[in-house]
Amino acid sequence: MQIRNGEDLISLCREKKLPIHQLMLEYECFKSGKEPAAVYEEMRSHLLVMKKSVYQGLNEKLTLKGKIIGGEAKKLQRRSQNAKPVCGYTMSRAISFALSVTEVNAAMGRIVAAPTAGSCGVLPGVLFGLAETFELQEDRQVEGLFTAGAVGLVIAKNASLSGAAGGCQAEIGSASAMAAAAVVEIMNGSPEQALHAGAIAIKNLLGLVCDPVAGLVEVPCSKRNVVGTANALTAAEMALAGIESAIPFDEVVTAMYQVGCALPPTLRETSEGGLAVTPTGRRLKKEILG
Amino acid sequence: MKEYGVFDVIGPIMIGPSSSHTAGAARLGLTARKIAGEEIKEVVFYLHGSFAKTYSGHGTDKALVAGVLGLEPDDERIKNSFQLAQEKGLLYSFREKDLGEVHPNTVLIAMETASGQRWEVTGSSLGGGKVRIISINDLEVEFSGEYTTLITFHQDRPGIIADISAVLAKYKINVAFMRVFRLNRSANAVLIAETDEDISNAVLTEIEKNAYIYLAKVLRPF
Repeated sequence: MQIRNGEDLISLCREKKLPIHQLMLEYECFKSGKEPAAVYEEMRSHLLVMKKSVYQGLNEKLTLKGKIIGGEAKKLQRRSQNAKPVCGYTMSRAISFALSVTEVNAAMGRIVAAPTAGSCGVLPGVLFGLAETFELQEDRQVEGLFTAGAVGLVIAKNASLSGAAGGCQAEIGSASAMAAAAVVEIMNGSPEQALHAGAIAIKNLLGLVCDPVAGLVEVPCSKRNVVGTANALTAAEMALAGIESAIPFDEVVTAMYQVGCALPPTLRETSEGGLAVTPTGRRLKKEILG
Repeated sequence: MKEYGVFDVIGPIMIGPSSSHTAGAARLGLTARKIAGEEIKEVVFYLHGSFAKTYSGHGTDKALVAGVLGLEPDDERIKNSFQLAQEKGLLYSFREKDLGEVHPNTVLIAMETASGQRWEVTGSSLGGGKVRIISINDLEVEFSGEYTTLITFHQDRPGIIADISAVLAKYKINVAFMRVFRLNRSANAVLIAETDEDISNAVLTEIEKNAYIYLAKVLRPF
Protein backbone atom coordinates (compact mmCIF):
# COMPACT_ATOMS: atom_id res chain seq x y z
CA MET A 1 0.00 0.00 0.00
CA GLN A 2 1.45 3.31 -1.02
CA ILE A 3 0.20 6.79 -0.20
CA ARG A 4 2.38 9.27 -2.05
CA ASN A 5 -0.19 11.99 -2.54
CA GLY A 6 -3.86 12.91 -2.41
CA GLU A 7 -4.54 11.06 -5.65
CA ASP A 8 -3.23 7.80 -4.13
CA LEU A 9 -5.41 8.42 -1.11
CA ILE A 10 -8.55 8.89 -3.19
CA SER A 11 -7.91 5.96 -5.52
CA LEU A 12 -7.22 3.62 -2.57
CA CYS A 13 -10.40 4.80 -0.86
CA ARG A 14 -12.37 4.12 -4.05
CA GLU A 15 -10.76 0.76 -4.67
CA LYS A 16 -11.31 -0.47 -1.11
CA LYS A 17 -14.59 1.43 -0.65
CA LEU A 18 -13.33 2.95 2.58
CA PRO A 19 -13.39 6.41 4.09
CA ILE A 20 -9.98 8.07 4.52
CA HIS A 21 -9.84 7.43 8.27
CA GLN A 22 -10.27 3.69 7.85
CA LEU A 23 -7.71 3.55 5.07
CA MET A 24 -5.29 5.46 7.28
CA LEU A 25 -5.80 2.99 10.13
CA GLU A 26 -5.09 0.12 7.71
CA TYR A 27 -2.03 1.90 6.38
CA GLU A 28 -0.63 2.50 9.86
CA CYS A 29 -1.13 -1.16 10.78
CA PHE A 30 0.53 -2.20 7.53
CA LYS A 31 3.45 0.12 8.17
CA SER A 32 3.98 -0.51 11.89
CA GLY A 33 2.98 -4.17 12.06
CA LYS A 34 0.64 -3.35 14.95
CA GLU A 35 -2.91 -4.57 15.46
CA PRO A 36 -5.74 -2.17 14.51
CA ALA A 37 -7.01 -2.12 18.11
CA ALA A 38 -3.59 -1.03 19.39
CA VAL A 39 -3.24 1.72 16.79
CA TYR A 40 -6.78 2.90 17.48
CA GLU A 41 -6.09 2.97 21.22
CA GLU A 42 -2.90 4.96 20.70
CA MET A 43 -4.85 7.53 18.70
CA ARG A 44 -7.51 7.60 21.39
CA SER A 45 -4.84 8.41 23.97
CA HIS A 46 -3.83 11.38 21.79
CA LEU A 47 -7.46 12.53 21.73
CA LEU A 48 -7.63 12.34 25.52
CA VAL A 49 -4.57 14.58 25.88
CA MET A 50 -6.25 17.01 23.46
CA LYS A 51 -9.44 16.87 25.50
CA LYS A 52 -7.67 17.82 28.70
CA SER A 53 -5.82 20.70 27.02
CA VAL A 54 -9.05 21.98 25.49
CA TYR A 55 -10.66 22.52 28.89
CA GLN A 56 -7.53 23.37 30.88
CA GLY A 57 -7.40 26.99 29.72
CA LEU A 58 -11.11 27.45 30.44
CA ASN A 59 -10.88 26.27 34.02
CA GLU A 60 -12.13 29.10 36.22
CA LYS A 61 -9.54 28.75 38.96
CA LEU A 62 -6.47 28.68 36.82
CA THR A 63 -5.15 31.32 34.45
CA LEU A 64 -2.54 29.92 32.12
CA LYS A 65 0.30 32.28 31.42
CA GLY A 66 2.91 32.24 28.75
CA LYS A 67 5.53 34.96 28.51
CA ILE A 68 3.13 37.24 26.58
CA ILE A 69 -0.22 35.52 26.19
CA GLY A 70 -2.58 34.09 28.78
CA GLY A 71 -6.23 34.19 29.81
CA GLU A 72 -7.67 34.80 26.32
CA ALA A 73 -9.59 31.54 26.16
CA LYS A 74 -11.46 32.44 29.31
CA LYS A 75 -12.34 35.87 27.96
CA LEU A 76 -13.93 34.29 24.91
CA GLN A 77 -15.81 31.79 27.01
CA ARG A 78 -17.13 34.53 29.28
CA ARG A 79 -18.38 36.50 26.30
CA SER A 80 -20.13 33.49 24.81
CA GLN A 81 -21.89 33.00 28.14
CA ASN A 82 -23.03 36.62 28.33
CA ALA A 83 -23.72 37.52 24.72
CA LYS A 84 -24.70 35.86 21.47
CA PRO A 85 -21.40 35.19 19.65
CA VAL A 86 -21.17 37.04 16.34
CA CYS A 87 -19.59 33.99 14.70
CA GLY A 88 -22.13 31.51 16.03
CA TYR A 89 -21.90 29.11 18.94
CA THR A 90 -19.95 26.26 17.31
CA MET A 91 -17.30 28.65 16.02
CA SER A 92 -17.13 30.55 19.28
CA ARG A 93 -16.58 27.35 21.27
CA ALA A 94 -14.10 25.97 18.74
CA ILE A 95 -11.92 29.09 18.86
CA SER A 96 -11.99 29.32 22.65
CA PHE A 97 -10.84 25.68 22.74
CA ALA A 98 -8.08 26.44 20.23
CA LEU A 99 -6.90 29.34 22.38
CA SER A 100 -6.99 27.18 25.49
CA VAL A 101 -4.69 24.61 23.92
CA THR A 102 -2.21 27.26 22.79
CA GLU A 103 -2.20 28.70 26.31
CA VAL A 104 -1.50 25.26 27.77
CA ASN A 105 1.36 24.95 25.31
CA ALA A 106 2.82 28.36 26.16
CA ALA A 107 2.58 27.59 29.87
CA MET A 108 4.62 24.39 29.46
CA GLY A 109 1.62 22.10 29.78
CA ARG A 110 0.97 18.85 27.93
CA ILE A 111 -0.32 19.05 24.35
CA VAL A 112 -0.38 16.99 21.17
CA ALA A 113 1.65 18.45 18.32
CA ALA A 114 -0.87 18.37 15.46
CA PRO A 115 1.08 18.60 13.27
CA THR A 116 3.33 20.92 15.32
CA ALA A 117 3.33 22.47 18.77
CA GLY A 118 2.88 25.89 17.15
CA SER A 119 -0.35 24.72 15.51
CA CYS A 120 -1.53 22.49 18.37
CA GLY A 121 -4.83 24.34 18.90
CA VAL A 122 -6.51 23.91 15.53
CA LEU A 123 -7.41 20.23 15.46
CA PRO A 124 -8.61 19.98 19.08
CA GLY A 125 -10.45 23.29 18.71
CA VAL A 126 -12.34 22.04 15.67
CA LEU A 127 -12.99 18.52 16.99
CA PHE A 128 -14.28 19.57 20.40
CA GLY A 129 -16.21 22.54 19.05
CA LEU A 130 -17.99 20.19 16.67
CA ALA A 131 -18.46 17.57 19.39
CA GLU A 132 -20.46 19.94 21.57
CA THR A 133 -22.84 21.09 18.85
CA PHE A 134 -23.38 17.68 17.30
CA GLU A 135 -23.03 15.59 20.47
CA LEU A 136 -20.36 13.50 18.79
CA GLN A 137 -19.29 10.20 20.27
CA GLU A 138 -15.61 9.83 21.06
CA ASP A 139 -15.03 7.29 18.28
CA ARG A 140 -16.08 9.84 15.65
CA GLN A 141 -13.42 12.20 16.99
CA VAL A 142 -10.77 9.46 16.92
CA GLU A 143 -11.77 8.75 13.31
CA GLY A 144 -11.39 12.46 12.61
CA LEU A 145 -7.81 12.28 13.89
CA PHE A 146 -7.06 9.48 11.43
CA THR A 147 -8.53 11.53 8.57
CA ALA A 148 -6.45 14.50 9.68
CA GLY A 149 -3.38 12.31 9.96
CA ALA A 150 -3.75 11.11 6.39
CA VAL A 151 -3.93 14.66 5.06
CA GLY A 152 -0.96 15.71 7.22
CA LEU A 153 1.04 12.76 6.01
CA VAL A 154 0.50 13.68 2.37
CA ILE A 155 1.51 17.29 3.07
CA ALA A 156 4.62 16.14 4.96
CA LYS A 157 5.65 14.01 2.00
CA ASN A 158 5.13 16.66 -0.64
CA ALA A 159 5.73 19.96 1.13
CA SER A 160 6.60 20.61 4.78
CA LEU A 161 4.97 20.89 8.17
CA SER A 162 7.62 23.12 9.69
CA GLY A 163 7.57 26.89 10.00
CA ALA A 164 11.33 27.01 9.64
CA ALA A 165 11.08 25.30 6.26
CA GLY A 166 7.77 26.53 4.90
CA GLY A 167 6.49 29.44 6.99
CA CYS A 168 3.31 29.51 9.05
CA GLN A 169 1.29 28.22 6.09
CA ALA A 170 3.10 24.91 6.64
CA GLU A 171 2.01 24.77 10.27
CA ILE A 172 -1.36 26.53 10.62
CA GLY A 173 -2.21 25.98 6.95
CA SER A 174 -1.55 22.25 7.25
CA ALA A 175 -3.34 21.97 10.61
CA SER A 176 -6.32 23.75 9.12
CA ALA A 177 -6.41 21.45 6.08
CA MET A 178 -6.16 18.40 8.32
CA ALA A 179 -8.98 19.65 10.53
CA ALA A 180 -11.16 20.60 7.55
CA ALA A 181 -10.85 17.11 6.09
CA ALA A 182 -11.63 15.59 9.49
CA VAL A 183 -14.83 17.63 9.78
CA VAL A 184 -15.96 16.52 6.33
CA GLU A 185 -15.58 12.84 7.18
CA ILE A 186 -17.15 13.23 10.61
CA MET A 187 -20.15 14.83 8.90
CA ASN A 188 -20.27 11.88 6.47
CA GLY A 189 -18.80 13.67 3.49
CA SER A 190 -16.86 11.72 0.86
CA PRO A 191 -13.05 11.34 0.65
CA GLU A 192 -13.15 13.64 -2.40
CA GLN A 193 -15.00 16.28 -0.42
CA ALA A 194 -12.51 15.91 2.43
CA LEU A 195 -9.61 16.71 0.10
CA HIS A 196 -11.50 19.62 -1.44
CA ALA A 197 -11.91 21.00 2.08
CA GLY A 198 -8.21 20.47 2.70
CA ALA A 199 -7.29 22.20 -0.54
CA ILE A 200 -9.56 25.16 0.19
CA ALA A 201 -8.13 25.48 3.70
CA ILE A 202 -4.54 25.62 2.45
CA LYS A 203 -5.36 28.01 -0.37
CA ASN A 204 -6.85 30.48 2.06
CA LEU A 205 -3.71 30.56 4.21
CA LEU A 206 -1.18 30.28 1.38
CA GLY A 207 1.80 32.53 1.92
CA LEU A 208 1.30 32.99 5.65
CA VAL A 209 4.69 33.83 7.14
CA CYS A 210 6.27 32.57 10.36
CA ASP A 211 7.34 35.63 12.36
CA PRO A 212 7.15 34.83 16.07
CA VAL A 213 7.78 37.72 18.45
CA ALA A 214 10.87 37.01 20.59
CA GLY A 215 10.98 33.58 18.94
CA LEU A 216 8.24 32.40 21.27
CA VAL A 217 5.31 30.21 20.27
CA GLU A 218 2.84 32.89 21.41
CA VAL A 219 2.48 36.00 19.22
CA PRO A 220 1.08 35.71 16.58
CA CYS A 221 0.89 31.89 16.86
CA SER A 222 -1.93 31.69 19.37
CA LYS A 223 -4.40 33.78 17.36
CA ARG A 224 -3.33 32.15 14.13
CA ASN A 225 -4.56 28.92 15.66
CA VAL A 226 -7.92 30.68 15.90
CA VAL A 227 -7.88 31.63 12.24
CA GLY A 228 -6.82 28.09 11.32
CA THR A 229 -9.78 26.77 13.30
CA ALA A 230 -12.28 29.14 11.72
CA ASN A 231 -10.82 28.48 8.29
CA ALA A 232 -11.16 24.72 8.77
CA LEU A 233 -14.84 25.02 9.66
CA THR A 234 -15.63 27.32 6.72
CA ALA A 235 -13.67 25.15 4.27
CA ALA A 236 -15.48 22.03 5.49
CA GLU A 237 -18.85 23.75 5.27
CA MET A 238 -18.15 24.70 1.65
CA ALA A 239 -16.95 21.21 0.73
CA LEU A 240 -19.96 19.59 2.39
CA ALA A 241 -22.17 21.87 0.32
CA GLY A 242 -20.57 20.42 -2.79
CA ILE A 243 -18.28 23.36 -3.49
CA GLU A 244 -15.05 22.15 -5.03
CA SER A 245 -11.55 23.55 -5.00
CA ALA A 246 -10.81 24.68 -8.56
CA ILE A 247 -7.17 23.71 -7.97
CA PRO A 248 -6.82 20.03 -6.95
CA PHE A 249 -5.40 19.19 -3.52
CA ASP A 250 -2.04 17.86 -4.74
CA GLU A 251 -1.42 20.96 -6.85
CA VAL A 252 -2.28 23.18 -3.89
CA VAL A 253 0.23 21.28 -1.73
CA THR A 254 2.90 21.71 -4.39
CA ALA A 255 2.09 25.41 -4.58
CA MET A 256 2.46 25.65 -0.80
CA TYR A 257 5.83 23.96 -1.03
CA GLN A 258 6.99 26.35 -3.73
CA VAL A 259 5.71 29.39 -1.88
CA GLY A 260 7.54 28.15 1.25
CA CYS A 261 10.79 27.84 -0.70
CA ALA A 262 10.31 31.34 -2.09
CA LEU A 263 9.83 32.87 1.37
CA PRO A 264 12.95 34.67 2.55
CA PRO A 265 14.61 33.20 5.66
CA THR A 266 13.57 36.31 7.61
CA LEU A 267 9.98 35.06 7.38
CA ARG A 268 10.67 31.45 8.32
CA GLU A 269 10.80 31.21 12.10
CA THR A 270 13.96 33.26 12.51
CA SER A 271 12.15 36.19 14.13
CA GLU A 272 14.03 38.51 11.80
CA GLY A 273 11.02 39.79 9.89
CA GLY A 274 7.31 40.50 9.95
CA LEU A 275 5.68 41.07 13.33
CA ALA A 276 8.84 40.08 15.19
CA VAL A 277 10.65 43.22 14.05
CA THR A 278 7.85 45.75 14.57
CA PRO A 279 8.66 48.32 17.27
CA THR A 280 6.36 46.51 19.70
CA GLY A 281 7.71 43.10 18.69
CA ARG A 282 11.24 44.31 19.40
CA ARG A 283 10.21 45.88 22.71
CA LEU A 284 8.55 42.65 23.85
CA LYS A 285 11.62 40.69 22.92
CA LYS A 286 13.81 43.01 24.94
CA GLU A 287 11.50 42.83 27.95
CA ILE A 288 11.36 39.03 27.89
CA LEU A 289 14.82 37.97 26.83
CA GLY A 290 16.76 41.02 28.05
CA MET B 1 11.22 9.95 0.59
CA LYS B 2 10.88 9.36 4.32
CA GLU B 3 8.13 6.95 5.35
CA TYR B 4 5.91 8.94 7.68
CA GLY B 5 3.49 7.29 10.06
CA VAL B 6 0.26 8.80 11.34
CA PHE B 7 1.79 9.56 14.75
CA ASP B 8 4.54 11.63 13.13
CA VAL B 9 1.73 13.98 12.15
CA ILE B 10 -0.68 13.59 15.08
CA GLY B 11 1.90 13.74 17.81
CA PRO B 12 4.08 13.61 19.69
CA ILE B 13 2.31 14.10 23.00
CA MET B 14 4.65 16.60 24.57
CA ILE B 15 5.21 19.43 26.98
CA GLY B 16 5.11 22.80 25.21
CA PRO B 17 5.93 25.24 23.92
CA SER B 18 8.22 23.99 21.14
CA SER B 19 8.73 20.53 19.65
CA SER B 20 12.31 21.32 18.69
CA HIS B 21 13.31 23.48 21.64
CA THR B 22 11.33 21.81 24.43
CA ALA B 23 10.29 18.25 23.50
CA GLY B 24 13.51 17.57 21.57
CA ALA B 25 15.60 19.03 24.39
CA ALA B 26 13.85 16.83 26.95
CA ARG B 27 14.49 13.81 24.74
CA LEU B 28 18.18 14.69 24.38
CA GLY B 29 18.53 15.08 28.15
CA LEU B 30 16.87 11.75 28.85
CA THR B 31 18.85 9.94 26.14
CA ALA B 32 22.09 11.30 27.64
CA ARG B 33 21.01 10.14 31.07
CA LYS B 34 20.23 6.66 29.72
CA ILE B 35 23.64 6.49 28.04
CA ALA B 36 25.30 7.41 31.34
CA GLY B 37 23.16 4.68 32.86
CA GLU B 38 22.89 5.97 36.41
CA GLU B 39 21.91 8.99 38.47
CA ILE B 40 23.69 12.20 37.54
CA LYS B 41 25.45 14.31 40.18
CA GLU B 42 26.50 17.24 38.07
CA VAL B 43 25.80 18.33 34.51
CA VAL B 44 26.98 21.15 32.27
CA PHE B 45 24.99 21.89 29.11
CA TYR B 46 26.99 23.49 26.29
CA LEU B 47 24.42 25.11 24.03
CA HIS B 48 25.08 25.76 20.36
CA GLY B 49 23.38 27.98 17.77
CA SER B 50 19.67 28.53 18.17
CA PHE B 51 19.70 26.58 21.43
CA ALA B 52 22.21 29.07 22.82
CA LYS B 53 20.22 32.08 21.68
CA THR B 54 16.68 31.10 22.66
CA TYR B 55 16.93 28.48 25.36
CA SER B 56 15.22 30.32 28.20
CA GLY B 57 12.23 31.51 26.14
CA HIS B 58 11.27 27.98 25.12
CA GLY B 59 12.10 26.29 28.40
CA THR B 60 14.93 24.40 26.66
CA ASP B 61 16.91 24.70 29.91
CA LYS B 62 14.11 23.19 32.04
CA ALA B 63 13.54 20.42 29.49
CA LEU B 64 17.24 19.47 29.38
CA VAL B 65 17.46 19.33 33.17
CA ALA B 66 14.22 17.32 33.32
CA GLY B 67 15.62 14.80 30.86
CA VAL B 68 18.83 14.36 32.84
CA LEU B 69 16.66 13.81 35.92
CA GLY B 70 14.96 10.97 34.04
CA LEU B 71 11.65 12.65 33.13
CA GLU B 72 10.06 11.77 29.78
CA PRO B 73 9.22 14.50 27.20
CA ASP B 74 5.50 14.48 28.13
CA ASP B 75 6.00 14.72 31.89
CA GLU B 76 4.17 17.73 33.33
CA ARG B 77 6.88 18.12 35.97
CA ILE B 78 9.27 19.45 33.29
CA LYS B 79 8.03 22.93 34.12
CA ASN B 80 9.35 22.58 37.68
CA SER B 81 12.52 20.66 36.86
CA PHE B 82 14.88 23.23 38.43
CA GLN B 83 13.16 22.77 41.76
CA LEU B 84 13.20 19.00 41.31
CA ALA B 85 16.94 19.14 40.57
CA GLN B 86 17.51 21.04 43.78
CA GLU B 87 15.53 18.47 45.75
CA LYS B 88 17.53 15.63 44.20
CA GLY B 89 20.85 17.41 44.61
CA LEU B 90 21.62 17.65 40.88
CA LEU B 91 23.98 20.52 40.07
CA TYR B 92 23.41 21.99 36.62
CA SER B 93 24.69 24.91 34.57
CA PHE B 94 24.37 26.26 31.04
CA ARG B 95 27.11 27.65 28.82
CA GLU B 96 27.08 28.88 25.27
CA LYS B 97 29.55 27.15 23.00
CA ASP B 98 30.22 26.98 19.28
CA LEU B 99 30.21 23.24 18.56
CA GLY B 100 31.26 23.67 14.92
CA GLU B 101 29.46 22.49 11.80
CA VAL B 102 26.42 20.95 13.48
CA HIS B 103 22.65 21.41 13.41
CA PRO B 104 21.60 24.78 14.92
CA ASN B 105 19.79 23.05 17.79
CA THR B 106 22.68 21.13 19.27
CA VAL B 107 23.80 20.60 22.85
CA LEU B 108 26.81 18.92 24.42
CA ILE B 109 25.80 17.35 27.73
CA ALA B 110 28.75 16.81 30.09
CA MET B 111 27.74 14.66 33.04
CA GLU B 112 29.32 13.28 36.16
CA THR B 113 27.43 10.31 37.58
CA ALA B 114 26.83 9.35 41.19
CA SER B 115 29.68 6.82 41.00
CA GLY B 116 32.06 9.41 39.52
CA GLN B 117 31.96 8.37 35.84
CA ARG B 118 32.21 11.14 33.27
CA TRP B 119 30.14 11.08 30.12
CA GLU B 120 29.88 13.57 27.28
CA VAL B 121 26.94 13.19 24.93
CA THR B 122 26.25 15.54 22.02
CA GLY B 123 22.93 15.58 20.22
CA SER B 124 20.78 17.69 17.92
CA SER B 125 17.07 18.40 18.02
CA LEU B 126 15.83 18.01 14.46
CA GLY B 127 12.24 19.30 14.81
CA GLY B 128 8.97 17.56 15.65
CA GLY B 129 10.54 16.26 18.86
CA LYS B 130 12.95 14.06 16.93
CA VAL B 131 16.62 13.95 17.89
CA ARG B 132 19.94 12.56 16.72
CA ILE B 133 22.84 11.70 19.01
CA ILE B 134 26.03 12.66 17.18
CA SER B 135 28.80 11.89 19.62
CA ILE B 136 29.55 10.01 22.83
CA ASN B 137 32.83 10.74 24.64
CA ASP B 138 34.56 12.13 21.52
CA LEU B 139 33.47 9.19 19.36
CA GLU B 140 31.25 10.21 16.49
CA VAL B 141 28.03 8.21 16.39
CA GLU B 142 24.62 8.55 14.81
CA PHE B 143 21.31 7.27 16.11
CA SER B 144 17.83 8.51 16.92
CA GLY B 145 16.82 6.58 20.01
CA GLU B 146 13.53 5.65 18.33
CA TYR B 147 14.55 1.99 18.21
CA THR B 148 16.02 -0.31 20.81
CA THR B 149 19.66 0.72 20.50
CA LEU B 150 22.68 -1.41 21.34
CA ILE B 151 25.88 0.53 21.99
CA THR B 152 29.17 -1.29 22.43
CA PHE B 153 32.53 0.26 23.20
CA HIS B 154 35.29 -2.02 22.06
CA GLN B 155 38.78 -2.32 20.67
CA ASP B 156 38.85 -1.96 16.90
CA ARG B 157 39.87 -5.44 15.73
CA PRO B 158 38.56 -8.06 13.28
CA GLY B 159 35.63 -10.24 14.28
CA ILE B 160 33.95 -8.04 16.88
CA ILE B 161 31.02 -7.10 14.65
CA ALA B 162 30.56 -10.72 13.59
CA ASP B 163 30.50 -11.81 17.26
CA ILE B 164 27.90 -9.21 18.17
CA SER B 165 25.80 -10.08 15.10
CA ALA B 166 25.99 -13.77 16.00
CA VAL B 167 24.58 -13.17 19.48
CA LEU B 168 21.79 -11.00 18.08
CA ALA B 169 21.00 -13.65 15.45
CA LYS B 170 20.94 -16.39 18.07
CA TYR B 171 18.18 -14.56 19.96
CA LYS B 172 16.32 -13.69 16.74
CA ILE B 173 16.83 -9.97 17.15
CA ASN B 174 16.52 -8.20 13.83
CA VAL B 175 18.91 -5.33 13.18
CA ALA B 176 17.22 -2.37 11.46
CA PHE B 177 20.36 -0.21 11.22
CA MET B 178 23.95 -0.81 12.24
CA ARG B 179 26.96 1.44 12.12
CA VAL B 180 30.50 1.34 13.49
CA PHE B 181 32.68 4.29 14.30
CA ARG B 182 36.25 4.56 15.54
CA LEU B 183 38.83 7.14 16.51
CA ASN B 184 41.61 5.40 14.57
CA ARG B 185 42.74 1.90 13.68
CA SER B 186 43.18 -0.50 16.64
CA ALA B 187 41.93 2.16 19.01
CA ASN B 188 38.56 2.61 20.69
CA ALA B 189 35.57 1.96 18.53
CA VAL B 190 31.85 2.05 19.02
CA LEU B 191 29.10 0.02 17.40
CA ILE B 192 25.52 1.21 17.26
CA ALA B 193 22.82 -1.31 16.33
CA GLU B 194 19.19 -0.24 16.19
CA THR B 195 16.95 -3.28 16.45
CA ASP B 196 13.30 -4.18 15.97
CA GLU B 197 13.15 -6.43 19.04
CA ASP B 198 14.10 -5.69 22.62
CA ILE B 199 17.58 -6.70 23.76
CA SER B 200 17.32 -8.29 27.19
CA ASN B 201 19.98 -7.98 29.87
CA ALA B 202 20.82 -11.66 29.33
CA VAL B 203 21.64 -10.96 25.69
CA LEU B 204 23.70 -7.98 26.76
CA THR B 205 25.69 -10.09 29.20
CA GLU B 206 26.42 -12.57 26.43
CA ILE B 207 27.66 -9.80 24.15
CA GLU B 208 29.89 -8.49 26.91
CA LYS B 209 31.62 -11.89 27.21
CA ASN B 210 33.87 -10.87 24.33
CA ALA B 211 37.10 -9.73 26.02
CA TYR B 212 37.59 -6.87 23.57
CA ILE B 213 34.24 -5.30 24.35
CA TYR B 214 34.72 -2.94 27.28
CA LEU B 215 31.12 -1.98 27.72
CA ALA B 216 27.77 -2.73 26.14
CA LYS B 217 24.56 -0.81 26.77
CA VAL B 218 20.99 -0.97 25.61
CA LEU B 219 18.83 2.12 25.25
CA ARG B 220 15.15 1.34 25.08
CA PRO B 221 12.82 3.67 23.19
CA PHE B 222 10.67 6.02 25.27
